[in-house]
Amino acid sequence: MERRVVFSGWLFPAFLLMPQLAVTLVFFFWPAAQAILQSMRREDAFGLSTQFVAAENFAAVLGDPFYLASAEVTLLFSVAVAVLALAAGLLLAVMADRVVRGAAVYKTVLLLPYAVAPAIAGVLWLFLFNPSIGIIAVGLRRLGIDWNYLLDADQAMLLVVLAAAWKQISYNFLFFLAGLQSIPASLLEASAIDGASPRRRFWTIVFPLLAPTSFFLLVVNIVYAFFDTFGIIHNVTQGGPAKATEILVYKVWYDGMVGLDLGSSAAQSVILMAIVIGLTAIQFRFIERRVHYA
Amino acid sequence: MVTARSSAWVPHAVLITGLALVLFPVYVAFVGSSLTASDILDAPMSLVPGPHLFENFARALGAGTVKTSGEPVAAMLLNSLVMALVIAAGKILISLPSAYAVVFFRFPLRRLCFWAIFVTLMLPVEVRIIPTYKIAADLSLIDSYAGLTLPLVASATATLLFRQFFLTIPDELVEAAKIDGAGPWRFLIDTVIPLSRTNIAALFVILFIYGWNQYLWPLLVTNTPSMTTIVIGIRQMIGNGDTQTEWHIVMATTLLAVLPPVLVVLLMQRWFVKGLVEAEK
Repeated sequence: MERRVVFSGWLFPAFLLMPQLAVTLVFFFWPAAQAILQSMRREDAFGLSTQFVAAENFAAVLGDPFYLASAEVTLLFSVAVAVLALAAGLLLAVMADRVVRGAAVYKTVLLLPYAVAPAIAGVLWLFLFNPSIGIIAVGLRRLGIDWNYLLDADQAMLLVVLAAAWKQISYNFLFFLAGLQSIPASLLEASAIDGASPRRRFWTIVFPLLAPTSFFLLVVNIVYAFFDTFGIIHNVTQGGPAKATEILVYKVWYDGMVGLDLGSSAAQSVILMAIVIGLTAIQFRFIERRVHYA
Repeated sequence: MVTARSSAWVPHAVLITGLALVLFPVYVAFVGSSLTASDILDAPMSLVPGPHLFENFARALGAGTVKTSGEPVAAMLLNSLVMALVIAAGKILISLPSAYAVVFFRFPLRRLCFWAIFVTLMLPVEVRIIPTYKIAADLSLIDSYAGLTLPLVASATATLLFRQFFLTIPDELVEAAKIDGAGPWRFLIDTVIPLSRTNIAALFVILFIYGWNQYLWPLLVTNTPSMTTIVIGIRQMIGNGDTQTEWHIVMATTLLAVLPPVLVVLLMQRWFVKGLVEAEK
């Protein structure tokens, strides 16, 4: 889309664009280029010399069983977070759409987790489930469940999924509620007159009309689980036990900043960039479609 | 009415369960912040608040914990506040002019400039952390507010949002301004910015929360205790060392870290919802 009526000249717009272009250049294009360059280099152990190794780092990363395990963990983690947060968000939105009394209170409280940093969501859940002091952990042990997420891989995964999904429910709730409220009441009334039960009305009318919102939210949730949950992992499990919760972003950070393997870390960064670009492309294709849909 | 049915209690029951799940972790943190260290270690802790709330908050704010080298949480709150405000204001201050330039002018390389900015939408700071860290180090931005904020200001969300809004401003307004002899600067100040007020407010709320909740970047770029933000400070208080975690202080600090963004959401709920929905369009 373009405007018909515009101002002339180029000096003033150049001046207006300068700050953003400068920041973008220095903190976006330069590091991105560095990452790509670094990903094709190898440094010796003392950092004295570097040599060009082309795709060797990528081959090493993609052939590394630890990397593949981390990719699998990431996939499992993000699908679990997305499914849980979407299901909870949808359920609560459907219910909130039906009530009149107290609707504002429900909505306000359900929005609150959005304001909580992922890292802090992690701390809140850690406090509940810490094997020695957590109130739920102690309760579980009294029920005969041997709860110790510091040793049990499945329990660790469950805990980080719960913390990550808890924070994301607000967002999904808000978008599902907006989607529900945009469905024309006349459609639902017509099918009610035709004798469709509430359950049938939901699955045949509401759910299909929510499909665009759901798909959009699915991409957003996966991006969130991939990239925004570093703080949860870092606070709750540090990727453990035995790397059972080491998601890709955590591994990039760990290999680069703790392991100091810059070539591998940069190659991992470049792979992550490709994943984000792919997800964004999917999302934009979908947004195009949504415009036609509406 | 379709919705009037006998089973009206079901939605309320589900919603109240949802509310309980949302509030329970926060409530337990609140109780934790009102007990003593030994009350918490004597698991399971009580679910009734104890009498030490103000004492614990005062200690957190004034003295922090041993693990954070006694850095007071009040100082961390200040760092977080500066970071959130600079990121929110910075993004708006550089995005509004650039969106204006891209929408209201025709000049060579205009499309290229737009795409150069737009591409940054795609890559969150998380995927380019280590090269960005090296550049921040080269520019000696480590342990400075500039280092904490500048790399996060480079993002296109706000530019895109302003661009979309500017495209809806009627051509007649631009023509009227031209007839009145107003140049692009006057038009920006007298017409476009006043029209953008609600967009600016909505964006500010979203960006403030985004900035306040940053984790990975502050973790990398700050090392001295005096530059620690509160979200990072909590991590250091828990640590993974051998010394006992002072959970009562950690929980008081957690509540202090959650309070400002929660207040922003509560007090500016209208703009918050608008900003969230628009930012994703």
